[in-house]
Amino acid sequence: MRTIGLDDIDDLALGAMLLGTGGGGDAHIAKLMVKQAIEDHGPIRIMSPSELPQDGLVVTAAIIGAPTVILEKIPSGKEFINAVKATAQYLGKEPVAIMPIEVGGMNTLIPLAVANELGLPVIDADSMRRAFPQIEMTVFTLHGIPAAPMAVADEKGNLCIFEAITNQVAEDLARGAVIRLGMANAISCYPMTVAQVHKYGIQGSMSYCTDLGRHLAAVQRGEQGAYDKFLTFAEARKLFTGKVIDLDRRTTSGFARGTVILEDLKDPSKLARIEIQNEYLVAYVNDVPLVSAPDLISLLDHETARPILTEALRYGQRLDLIGMPCAPEWDQPGMLDIVGPRAFGYDMDYTPFRGAKA
Amino acid sequence: MTRLRLGIDVGGTNTDAVIVDDAGSVIAAAKTPTTPEPLDGIRAVMAQVIAGLDKASITQVMLGTTHPANAIIQRKGLDKVGILRLSAPASYSVRPGAAWPADLHAMVIGPTAIVHGGFEYDGREISPLDPAEIRAFAAECRGKVSAIAVSCAFSPASFDHELRAEAILREELGDSVAISLSHQVASLGLLEREDATALNAALLSVSRAVVDGLRGAMAEHGLPAVAYLTQNDGTLMTVEQAVKFPILTIGSGPTNSMRGACALAGISDALVMDVGGTSTDVGILIDGFPRESAAAIEVGGVRTNFRMPDLISIGLGGGTIVRGAGDAVAVGPDSVGYRVSTDALIMGGSTVTLSDVSTKAGRLAGMGDASLAAGMDQAMVDAAMRWVDEQIQTLCDRMKASHADVPLIAVGGGSHLVPAHVDGVSAVIKPPHFAVANAYGAAIAEASGDVDRVYRYDSSSREACLEDAKQLAIENAVRAGADPALVRITAVAEIPMSYVPGGGCRVQVKAAGPLAS
Repeated sequence: MRTIGLDDIDDLALGAMLLGTGGGGDAHIAKLMVKQAIEDHGPIRIMSPSELPQDGLVVTAAIIGAPTVILEKIPSGKEFINAVKATAQYLGKEPVAIMPIEVGGMNTLIPLAVANELGLPVIDADSMRRAFPQIEMTVFTLHGIPAAPMAVADEKGNLCIFEAITNQVAEDLARGAVIRLGMANAISCYPMTVAQVHKYGIQGSMSYCTDLGRHLAAVQRGEQGAYDKFLTFAEARKLFTGKVIDLDRRTTSGFARGTVILEDLKDPSKLARIEIQNEYLVAYVNDVPLVSAPDLISLLDHETARPILTEALRYGQRLDLIGMPCAPEWDQPGMLDIVGPRAFGYDMDYTPFRGAKA
Repeated sequence: MTRLRLGIDVGGTNTDAVIVDDAGSVIAAAKTPTTPEPLDGIRAVMAQVIAGLDKASITQVMLGTTHPANAIIQRKGLDKVGILRLSAPASYSVRPGAAWPADLHAMVIGPTAIVHGGFEYDGREISPLDPAEIRAFAAECRGKVSAIAVSCAFSPASFDHELRAEAILREELGDSVAISLSHQVASLGLLEREDATALNAALLSVSRAVVDGLRGAMAEHGLPAVAYLTQNDGTLMTVEQAVKFPILTIGSGPTNSMRGACALAGISDALVMDVGGTSTDVGILIDGFPRESAAAIEVGGVRTNFRMPDLISIGLGGGTIVRGAGDAVAVGPDSVGYRVSTDALIMGGSTVTLSDVSTKAGRLAGMGDASLAAGMDQAMVDAAMRWVDEQIQTLCDRMKASHADVPLIAVGGGSHLVPAHVDGVSAVIKPPHFAVANAYGAAIAEASGDVDRVYRYDSSSREACLEDAKQLAIENAVRAGADPALVRITAVAEIPMSYVPGGGCRVQVKAAGPLAS
């Protein structure tokens, strides 16, 4: 078990922003939520599956909606509690732990606040170890674990429980519900046993995210050798350093798509191109694809090493392009069908990204 | 009769003033040290610069000042503020003031409440306003605060609840408290907007003192002019507005400096490099306005969503210390700062500074005694100047928006260090009167109007929405004093909202124009 107190939240939030790969919402609000939860209820327990009863129920808690709406409609906190309790009541079983569905972006932190209020630990695992835009894009889907029964709740007390025949249908149902519920809502899905989390989940995600954030914070403080240590820890590589010279953004079928082009700071003939669909999904340098989903692409501010969200991209920004391999648990049959480049509409083959090995 | 404008800038070190005519020519300029009580400096510099002029010809006075910023940074003179948020049952998970540093929180924030009200993204109410809750909050604030900040979910798009809450607070508390409404202060992002509104409310006494002081100084000198303060974006607010919205003036210094430098050089698109004694700031002006930073701006440790100029700073200035000999030279990052006037070799001191190196290299003339630098090692001077040139080259490359050549305007006491040629720069310009660029930037500031709201492109076309936003921005600019015939759109940004169906899009538009005569 490890505990997360006020001193750890900044590192965890920074790691979460990096794993958000440009999406997943602004971790700042979620960070403030967790700080308030810790002030009100004390430090948060993070437990590995081996420390919990194997047949115990684990439920997820996450925010679902539009990041730009969440900036205005801050959660109540109650909607997450209601969604979790409704799932438990539907299944007739009390949960023993709360799990993050995605360790990447806001949803890394929100389960901490929820678990704390419920007096439960957070299980040190997840289903993505990065941010993805849709509910079915999980390692659990690869193992046939259903997202349903699934609860979607708002801050006013409105709530729906869904059964769904596939995880794709679950995504469609949840997305339809939040449009009517104000686009900043709670979702609880993928209820499962501790044993299932142990067997099928991505292990140690919360610990990994905190350690990753700690390494990046050292880079931001300008510590000697910190950048290399950070890259080594993340098995990552810096692929390009350049300035934003073109930015094309559009929203199609509800998802923010776009392209950002970087020009090398020293040599204007060298260009990097990153394709965006909520997250950074494919990165090319001089038209050669170097990283694609499910591997991670992050853009860091060249001067401050701050991860830049897609919404915060601006013409003229100076950025480092970082590639990182995805969690090894993704390497399963069917992965490319749900999170490979073609699943996002990019007609290209996936080549696993290999970074610096520790 | 010639109409004249008086621009004044109160900076950390100096208070500058300049008189500018209709054609933008500098008629008079003066510089005095900033005084502990800044209004003394304003009075003094005003006396110098208007001496011998027909006072009736001065029709407008523009002030840019660091007063409000310093009040926050030094935690001095701030008012106690109550914060009322209209959004329940949403937003309970983050209380008002959650992101404030403890000392500032303790000093400024009084009672807070999250009450029913606020709007959804599509304009529906989250919940109806409950007047009884607002009256209860007013009772809690009575006698304890001098101002109340009111925030509300989605108030930039729908501000009816904020206006109704203000009316109820007025019924309960009369004029005993000032009230700041978030939709009038900042844009989307509830927490940042609320924090900016609370800081604004905390600064109301400070802004009242500044405006009273400015008016007092003007009355003392018999100036009947209309008075303005400059805002963060380089445009103007009347003093009547500035009294209510001091937070909008806190970042005006760098903006005035950049706009002033460019206008003095007679161009609207350029890199601007301000080389001081200790550091060098570089920014870029596009169409007469600074490019804004995308990063969240912290004011006194509080994260806000204001737009501020995108600046890069490095430790390079006239007082930067040079160590070593021959090719093995280390430059800075430390500086003798203002002591350059006594410690540099050319001033009879014993510290080797970049001013000495620049003198020996033939870039700086007229400061101190050049013969005192004559004995410096030429290899060391060459190495130090190479370092300076590389730094300036890198700064220009980092700040430029494209690889097309742009002019570079160099201002500040250390601008002699800037070489005559920089790769990727079409010309290096050192404009006249650059020492008072800040005050000049204030004097030439325009009136502006902003719009930042969410449109849904399915209910009317994108073109119609953009046209609506532009029209509103223009109306706001004209209301702020811009000449209706000369007002223009200076920036349009569209940020699509992911997952929101029906083409939800955040539209930000800014319009600006010269003051109507």
